[in-house]
Amino acid sequence: MEDREPLLRAQGVTKAFPGALALDGVDFTLRRGEVHALLGENGAGKSTLVKCLTGAYRRDGGDILLDGRPIDPRDTQAAQELGIGTVYQEVNLLENLTVAENLLLGRQPRRMGLVSPGATRAAAREMLAGYGLDIDVGRTLGSYPVAIRQVVAIARAVSLSGKVLILDEPTASLDAREVEMLFGVIEGLRARGLGIVFISHFLDQVFRICDRVTVLRNGRLVGARDTRGLDRVGLVNMMLGRELSEETRAHGRTDGPQGAPALTFRGFGRAGRIAPVDLEIRRGEVVGVAGLLGSGRTELAETIFGVTPHDSGAAEAGGSRLSLASPRAAVAAGFGFCPEDRKTDALVGDLTIRENIVLALQARRGWARPVPRREQAALAEEYIARLDIRTTDAEKPAGQLSGGNQQKVILARWLATNPRFLILDEPTRGIDVGAHAEIIRLIEELCAAGMSLLVISSELDELVSYSHRVMVLRDRAQVAALEGAGITVESIVSAIAAPEPEGAPA
Amino acid sequence: MSSRHLPLAATLLIFLVAYAACYAQFPAMLSTRVVGNLLTDNAFLGIVAVGMTFVILSGGIDLSVGSVIAFSGVFIAVMLRDTGLHPLAVFALLLVLTTAFGAAMGAIIHLLEMPAFIVTLAGMFLARGMAYVLSIDSIPVTHDFYDTLQGAYWLMPGKGRLTLIGGLMLLVVLGGILLAHRTRFGANIYALGGGVQAARLMGVPVGRTTVGIYALSGLLAGLAGIVFSLYTSAGYSLAAVGVELDAIAAVVIGGTLLTGGSGFIAGTFIGVLIMGLIQTYIIFDGTLSSWWTKIVIGILLFAFILLQKGLLWASTGRRWRLAGSG
Repeated sequence: MEDREPLLRAQGVTKAFPGALALDGVDFTLRRGEVHALLGENGAGKSTLVKCLTGAYRRDGGDILLDGRPIDPRDTQAAQELGIGTVYQEVNLLENLTVAENLLLGRQPRRMGLVSPGATRAAAREMLAGYGLDIDVGRTLGSYPVAIRQVVAIARAVSLSGKVLILDEPTASLDAREVEMLFGVIEGLRARGLGIVFISHFLDQVFRICDRVTVLRNGRLVGARDTRGLDRVGLVNMMLGRELSEETRAHGRTDGPQGAPALTFRGFGRAGRIAPVDLEIRRGEVVGVAGLLGSGRTELAETIFGVTPHDSGAAEAGGSRLSLASPRAAVAAGFGFCPEDRKTDALVGDLTIRENIVLALQARRGWARPVPRREQAALAEEYIARLDIRTTDAEKPAGQLSGGNQQKVILARWLATNPRFLILDEPTRGIDVGAHAEIIRLIEELCAAGMSLLVISSELDELVSYSHRVMVLRDRAQVAALEGAGITVESIVSAIAAPEPEGAPA
Repeated sequence: MSSRHLPLAATLLIFLVAYAACYAQFPAMLSTRVVGNLLTDNAFLGIVAVGMTFVILSGGIDLSVGSVIAFSGVFIAVMLRDTGLHPLAVFALLLVLTTAFGAAMGAIIHLLEMPAFIVTLAGMFLARGMAYVLSIDSIPVTHDFYDTLQGAYWLMPGKGRLTLIGGLMLLVVLGGILLAHRTRFGANIYALGGGVQAARLMGVPVGRTTVGIYALSGLLAGLAGIVFSLYTSAGYSLAAVGVELDAIAAVVIGGTLLTGGSGFIAGTFIGVLIMGLIQTYIIFDGTLSSWWTKIVIGILLFAFILLQKGLLWASTGRRWRLAGSG
């Protein structure tokens, strides 16, 4: 029970985007002098909630109360004046200005109408003194490491706002020592009575620094808990939790194909991105990849596809070694890759559906042998029908399609090259329920037709339903390999949550 | 020395070495007469380059200034010929016009989110075209007040003359330095050059600052036009072709990053002096073609582009090591 009004209270906050409900009646309470973690996978609504709090978005419904008074910030500036400051992962300060200018931009002390550099530096030193930071504030911000810049950004936000501080993944690019320094700063601010919202994917850090956690999933509030007494498995379950559990198989597919592997990766990895992994995939087999955000899932996919070429291990297909030094080589080896961020990494929005579908095939043939226009049209029509791409015609710019149909266009692009191995990175993210089911059906069809698939997904139920085997990643390394009946949501969650690497629990 | 000051130091070093080399060959180069002429001959370029420095510091470009100078000359000549207005009134009218012209370009750049390059390119054609509309002939300026202004100078020790227009340029440079480093407007210009998005999040009034920057560039282009008119005693719509490119060259040689956010007005001043020095040397030498000016400026520009790239690599390399260290 609360004996006093919380610092910040959001009630039933709702935000809709065309085609998606990003926040659905979310409640959030922040007390004075607490560090409150906001957790959830990508697309859970964390950043949308933060943007509603900071005025970057206008909410469609619900109330936000600061000190018991309803507020409705029109932009980040207005939120800042109300007392809500934000520090983003990519520090939003100016590297070309000095530390002092960054701290005091817009309110530099003036004498006789002219800015006084000396007084500005003195004021900046004073601001930083409270953070145990004794640096030359006359040097450019860019000459200091990221951790220092984070503290400078925090100092600026606190001095401007001073009630609520939102830290959006502040530790993502810091090393352990820098994280400790930052936590020292956060603890100091907590002692001063600020309410701090802490967004991070590192569960260790959440348990280390946060008093309470609020977990969001698919735009809805899952729950808010005190960190003390909360166990890791419980937390991961909240984050990844299941909603369709009744309809799905309880464990992974046991009807996996037998025989020699079609593709073999041995000690395959790249320093700094993904620790060496071993992976075998047979024809007609689906290997799922599970792990929290930042666990190295996408890095694994990009390393296999040659986006960031591997620097250890080797790949073999049918006894002969494959070169995967670049995406071009990977395509030549019969690989396809549907990346996570399809809008920036895959789809060319201004090109038509037909042009998008033909792209990979054309790239493989080389520019000297264009795919005839009639063949292009036939291909486009074939895949529009086969994948049920909802469009008026094949000449519509692909950027105008809905998310699910865009995903299908990218799938069609790779299917047109008739690949033997397809990597899908979050194929069902951000698409509506109907298209969701179709993509899953398609994965099962392709696998039945003998294609090998590597599917990365945050949706554990989904992974369990179509995977023959599941590889679990954590901290950019493989921590478990589950198979057949051993694949359950519980076994995946406990492999992700286990504080130390263990063997597969199943 | 921080990497921010390195280009400025390099510019200063080049200037001193070049001047020393000229002095070794022609000892008369050090006389105040030569210095006075250097300032007078490059007064209009120096003034317009100060405005260009602000524009480039903010991450933009202003291609219209050469045409604005030509327009100013024709405008003054026509007004003095056809109306009875006093030159000072004409100057004031002109400065209001060119400032408004710059402000309008800034407003278009900001409101329509258009690249400065294309907007000021349109401004360049527009201003040149307006000059043609006023007159296609070279119009001489004959006015007693003009003679007074042209004859005004301060005699430096050594018989060198610091003319009115040379002194005006020095004042503009000093004013520019104050504006850049001692006002919030100046800090906001650097902030824009560092990143518009971040600057906006930090509360910089992006629109007002953008309009202010181009208005300032327009004002200084108009002032340079007045100086050019005093310098040549004529107005001609084909004058000052390519001056905007000379100004950009002076800014870059002066050590300002073409991508914005880093540089100094003082550097631009030295950049203008370096360009003037090359021409003075060619005049002293007497046998060299004036094309050598262009060749040397071209080489210097390449050298500075390489220097800036090198500094960028060095600073990002250092950052990686920091990030990688435990």
